[in-house]
Formats: sequence, C-alpha cells, structure tokens
Amino acid sequence: MKRRDFLKSVSSVAAGTLLPAPAIISPAKADARSETLLIISEGGPNNLDIHGVGTNVPGYEVSWNCYDRLISHEMKSGPGGVPYYDRDKFKGELAEDINVGDMSVTFKLKKNAKFHDGAPVSAKDVKWSLDRAVSVGGFPTFQMSAGSLTKPEQFVIVDDATVRIEFMKKDRLTIPDLAVIVPCVVNSELVKKNASEKDPWGLEYTKQQTAGSGAYKVTKWTAGTEVVMERNEDWVGGPLPRIRRVIWRMVPQAGNRRALLERGDADISYELPNKDFQEMKAAGRLNIVSLPFSNGIQYIGMNVTKPPFDNLKVRQAVAYALPYQKIMDAVLFGLANPMFGAPADRASEVAWPQPHQYSTDIEKAKALMAEAGHASGFDTTLSFDLNFAQVNEPLCVLVQESLGQIGIRCTINKVPGANWRTELTKKEMPLCTNVFSGWLDYPEYFFYWCYHGNNSIFNTMSYKSPDMDRLIDGARAAAASGDKAAYETDVKGFVDLAFADIPRIPLYQPFVNVAMQKNVSGYQYWFHRRLDYRALVKA
Amino acid sequence: MLTLIGKRLMFAIPSLIGVVIVTFLLTRALPGDPAAYFAGPAATKEAIEQIRKNLGFDRPLIEQFFRYTVDLAHGDFGSSLTTGQPVATEIRNRLPASAELTLSGLLISIAIALPLGVLAATRPGSWIDHLCRVTTTAGVSLPVFFTGLVLVYVFYFQLGWSPAPLGRLDVFYSAPPTITGFYLIDTLVARDLEAFRSALTQLILPAATLAIFSLAPIARMTRASMLSVLASDFVRTARASGLSPATVIVTYAFRNAMLPVITTLSMVFSFLLGANVLVEKVFAWPGIGSYAVEALIASDFAPVQGFVLIMAVMYVLLNLLIDILYGVIDPRVRLEG
Repeated sequence: MKRRDFLKSVSSVAAGTLLPAPAIISPAKADARSETLLIISEGGPNNLDIHGVGTNVPGYEVSWNCYDRLISHEMKSGPGGVPYYDRDKFKGELAEDINVGDMSVTFKLKKNAKFHDGAPVSAKDVKWSLDRAVSVGGFPTFQMSAGSLTKPEQFVIVDDATVRIEFMKKDRLTIPDLAVIVPCVVNSELVKKNASEKDPWGLEYTKQQTAGSGAYKVTKWTAGTEVVMERNEDWVGGPLPRIRRVIWRMVPQAGNRRALLERGDADISYELPNKDFQEMKAAGRLNIVSLPFSNGIQYIGMNVTKPPFDNLKVRQAVAYALPYQKIMDAVLFGLANPMFGAPADRASEVAWPQPHQYSTDIEKAKALMAEAGHASGFDTTLSFDLNFAQVNEPLCVLVQESLGQIGIRCTINKVPGANWRTELTKKEMPLCTNVFSGWLDYPEYFFYWCYHGNNSIFNTMSYKSPDMDRLIDGARAAAASGDKAAYETDVKGFVDLAFADIPRIPLYQPFVNVAMQKNVSGYQYWFHRRLDYRALVKA
Repeated sequence: MLTLIGKRLMFAIPSLIGVVIVTFLLTRALPGDPAAYFAGPAATKEAIEQIRKNLGFDRPLIEQFFRYTVDLAHGDFGSSLTTGQPVATEIRNRLPASAELTLSGLLISIAIALPLGVLAATRPGSWIDHLCRVTTTAGVSLPVFFTGLVLVYVFYFQLGWSPAPLGRLDVFYSAPPTITGFYLIDTLVARDLEAFRSALTQLILPAATLAIFSLAPIARMTRASMLSVLASDFVRTARASGLSPATVIVTYAFRNAMLPVITTLSMVFSFLLGANVLVEKVFAWPGIGSYAVEALIASDFAPVQGFVLIMAVMYVLLNLLIDILYGVIDPRVRLEG
C-alpha cells in the first residue's frame, strides 16, 4: 500500500464516521415524539410490583402510576407555587364514597372501574390485594403495620362494590397509610390464575407485568435499560392523563443525563448532582424544581451506648463543631433547608423538621471537650453510605476537618451500598451520617422510627430514654384520640428533648431536584418523591 | 484438526470447574448482605431474616453450592435480584450488544493499527513512525471512560453530529426481530434502513472509544514484529531476488509477522471486554459489562457468577479460535498439533 493511498483511505473512513446523520424522521415518528415523554434516570425498577421481594425505589414509581389505590391525596400549592400533595385532604381514586366511622372505614367502589384486561374492579379484588399487602412480609407488610393494618380479618367485603376496613386500634395513621403506594389494588383473578403453590400471591407474575387498573400499563420492560408505559384509555381514577406514552430510559452517567437535557433530547430527569442542578438553574434554559423532602433530614448520628459519645458534653461539643454553613454552600450548593442556628429564644413548634439552636462555634466546642475531660481529644471513625457518595463524601471530609480542630481525629469509613443496611443493623458505628425521610408526614412518625427506645434500624444512635418514649407514645395516643392540647405538648416535648440530649445532630433538610424541558409542565410533589405521570403535560 | 479441537476442549473442562467453584466462593466472600440490601429502606430484622430464608441464604454453604451446580447442570443460572430476571435470559439478551460493540471496536482498531504498524516498521524514524508512537501512547494513556465522555461532549453536546448516547437505537425506533442479536445485521435482514442507520450512528462513538483504547498494543506489536521479520534473511533474499517491495512486505513479511499480532489480538479482545464495562456505562449500552457491575454493587450473586462463567467459556473458545488461526497462518503449528 502506498502512503498516499493509505492516507486517502484513512481520511475517507474518518470523514465517513464524522458525517452528521441527516435528520430523516418520518412524520409518524415526529407525531409520536410530541405525545411521548422521555424520562431519564440513573436506575430503573427491578420489579414492577411493590409487593414483591426487594422491590427498589424506581419500582415504586411504576406501581404508583400503573396501579390505583382506594384513596389518594388532594393537591395544594406548595413552596414556589409547585403543586404539593395535601397531607390532610383525601380523595377517592377507586372509591367514590368514603365513610369514616369510629372503629372502621367503608369504601364504595366506582362502578365503571376496570382493570387493564377489562375485568371490573370489585370488592374481592380490594380484599385480596390488602390481604396480600399484610401477608407477603418484608417492606409492604411493614409499611401496612405503620398504619395499624396487620391482619386480613380487618378487610371485610360488604357487597360486590363495598369494602369495610376495621381498625385494630385508634390510629391517626391508618387512613394516610391507605393512600401510600403499598395498598394498591391488584387484579386478583388474573394473578391467581398465574400463581402457584409455592407462590400463592403470584409475585413472580406481577414482577414482570402490571395487573392493575391504573392510568398507565407497562408494555415493555427491559430491566436496567428501559420501561415503556402506555396510557390506559379507560382509566376512571381521575381525568385522563395527557401523555399517551412514557419511555423511561436508564442513563448511568450523570454528565450524559445533563447533556441529554441541555440538548433537548430528554424531557425530564432527576438524580443529578446538586452542582449540575444549580448551574442549570442559573442558565435558565430548563425548568428546575427543587422542593424539600417532606419529613426528611440528613444528620450526624452518635452512638450513645459507647464512650465517648455517651457523654452529653462530647455530643454538645460535636454539635458546636460541625461546619453547617460550609456544608450548605460547598456540598449542597444551597439546595437544602438549613436545620441549624435557630435563635436561642425561639420556642419549638409543633412541626418537624425544625432547626435546632446549635451553630458552628469552635471555642465553645473546645471548652465543652475540656469539661468532658477530653481536652486532648480522641480517635473515632465516621461512616457513610457509598451509594450516596456524591453528597456524603465531601460532607464527611468537611466534618472530619472541623472535628479535627477540637481534637476529634476521625477516620472516614466508606461503606458500600450493599453493606450499609447490615452496618446500620449492627449499631456499632460510633459516628455516621445518614438521611431518614418518612412517607407519612407526621412528627411522631419520624420520632417513633428515629428516637424511640424500641430501637428500630433508624435509631442509628441506639438512643434510649424513658422520657422520650413517654412523649412519643403520648403524642401517638393523643393524635388518635384527637386531644390537640396534649398532642402539642408532647410534640414540643420530644423535639426539645431531642435537641437537649442531641444524640443525632440534624444538618439540613435535603431537596428533591427535578429538571425538565420548558414545554413540560404539571409536575407534582408527592411524599414518595417519584414522578406522577398522570398530571404531566407536554406542550 | 478435529482431534486438536477435541483435545483443547477437554483441557478446558477442569478450568471451567475451577471457575465455578471460585466464583461461587468469591461472591459469598463479598462484604454486604443481599438480604439486608433487598429488604429495602425500612426493614425490620424479622423482614431481613424472612428475605434471607426466601432467597435460600440461610442454608449451609455446601447445600447452596450443591443446589447451584444442580441448577447449572440444567442450564439454570438463577435469577438476578436487582433486575428481577433470569440470568440466562439476561445474558442471552445482553451478550450480543456487548459482542457487537467489542467486535466493531476491534475491527476499527485493526483497520487503523495494522496499516499504521506496517508503515511505521517499513519507515522507522519517519514522521509516520512518530505519528504511530504518539497516537498509540495517547490512546493507551487515556482512560476509556474519559475518552468516551470527551467524544460525547464534542460530537454530541457541542457539535450535535452524533445521536444522543442512549444505547443501541434511537428511543423512537423499535428493535429489529432478533436473528443474530447484532442490530447492524438484523436491521439489514429486516430491510429497515432507517433503523440500520440509527443503530450504526449509535455504535460509532462507543466503538471509536474502544478502538482508541486498543490501538496501542496492536500497532506496537505489528511494528515490532514487522521490524524483526524485515531484518531476517528470507526478506533480504526476496529483496535481492528483485521482488517488488509490495510483494515482499505483504506476501512474505506480513504473513510471518502475523503470529505475535494474532496473540496480541486475543489479549486485546479480552482487555476490551473489560474496558467495555466503562464504555457501556458512559453510553448507556445495554451490555453484559454494566449488568455485571451493577450486580456486583448490589451483592447480587447469580448474575456475577453467570457473567464470570460466560466470560470463562468465551476465553476458552477464543483461545481455541486463535490456535486454529495459528494453524491457518503458519503450517508448522498444524504439523506439531
């Protein structure tokens, strides 16, 4: 081969690869584009049924959009005018009439409600689905129990279109718990047909396909790659959604997700780094929605069962040494609500989350360390979950540096995501950072999981205090019986105690960030923080 | 020839058994508890125990291994927990995607590296030799994911020449009916030219990324091997006999220089399968590399075991192919075989 020929052939190959592909898209495809919503995110579902074993959070999004519940929440105007679910107002989704009695609630089903295969939704489907939720074990059963829904006997078929749910005990969370994702109504006949002796609830079947009555149905699912959903034209749960087709693609690379949005190829994305969101917000070419996690907090937890954090003075020293504002600026780029530095004379409110009165004051922290007898400091480890390294890693480095100033020498322990739960259950980490956020937006719900002496997995501090338990239990009882005064006293009481004893130090309330094209509107914030396609509109 | 193949396959059996045992033990030795992971964000201890029982992880290791091998003998690789699908189906669906990408990358790489290496060898010290040195050094020193991101940034984000890095096909095209699993071939068989163009344009950037990475070893090896062959007696004889330079280089020198190059190719192919993992991540490519990595992060045993096993089988087959190729190129190997 002559040099010239070779170069010629190489350059023509190169030119061929770089040639822009002319945009020949047939008119039918252009039409499809305007009625289709392209969503991109990092991860996709591993199971289409929230009742399944180990269904992940993206799977909840499928369930939310493809299944109906008896009831759902009304919308209200939230921060920045963004529609926000109204914690206290419910509306029927499959139910057209709700009748709350003293020890039970009765639902009348909408007459024309149909499953995707055309079968009518009847009371036996509702009972079977709720039985399933309280019986399959794991997360769904646990979530049902949070609303005191634990036994199949609680769900009674009155007639073909009427279901009664009996209360085990008075619990304010029972009705809200019926509006979360778990108590979805499943096509019982269809699933039973595909169940087996080993799998009586048909979990294998609903893992792969949706069998509900919801606004969308999954038409194609390639795990780890894409989910395609089509609108259910016969949906009766609400007004017919405007988006005909939803294509949800998994794009693991955050930089590429941003490029796809900025080039206008994708319609919506979330799970982008805070820095990207902040820059896109500033550029103004996309609609960016940033809303606080309801009932959610990122915190530093200290294990109070072991020295040195069993000493209140040490915990207070840490609370005065944390670099709160630096974390807000350098890690979150302002996309969070500060939970620190409240004025000293501010009385606590009947609300959660709310800021505490600690702020960075290294001199005070040093003095407290000296009082605690640790003037020369000590060594410890600070652990975080690598799955959320984007925030956790810089946060922990800042904390490490700050604690170093008062003599606490931290080694940072990066725990792989798969291992994080195990580590939490062991309750041996002296110092860790984590997020907890409850679906049900009630202070006593948060405190029950994070501060109660029954020591759930989220009480990462192993904090036990009889006073705290009395206040939390008191608030739950008062909420159930409607004793407002007692409730308010107890809530203020447990908030004050949590800040005085300071076993965990709240840092900030994180934001959920969603970026979408300017022609996409109708985003709604839900307690589960996933997308509700039913309200979205693409102009 | 057949006895050679048979013999080689026989030798592969012990190594495959070894791979099965080692991957099983290794995945069990990984930190992390799949039951706790899959029990979800709000699981109680009982919920975790229940899931552990459902998944069979509460049994003794020997029993788990026995069940695993029995299933394996029936062609059942188990099910992935992260994607919820049987591992065998997943690998069957994803392997062609990875293979198409790797082979395209390798072909591009060969098409550039072989001529480059030969030219560099015939004119040592010339500008083309320096070009060869610079490109190969640059190619091998840039991490693949970085090259990939730069290519996406330039050709998609800035210039807009390349389609969105969203996998094998534009979102609005449907995949062709599966025949080979290679979209480039299947779309042509289905006579869907629009989809073919889409598949091709989607493939160019990731394949180029892999090609850039693999240029270096192929080009360097070609150059070195050509240099030594060109210095040998039979080439001097050929030249002295008045054969044209093209005949000397292509017919005599190149064929003799091919053997080490072929060996390098098989090594490069295995490198590429590894490099694939990152490229697949960058380009949202639905291949087995990204599948295995995700499974590994989630302590999801079955896909990791399946992946390693499939890779081992592929290496065995690849080595066999290379050995056969040796025989084709160099008759002496055949005689000894």
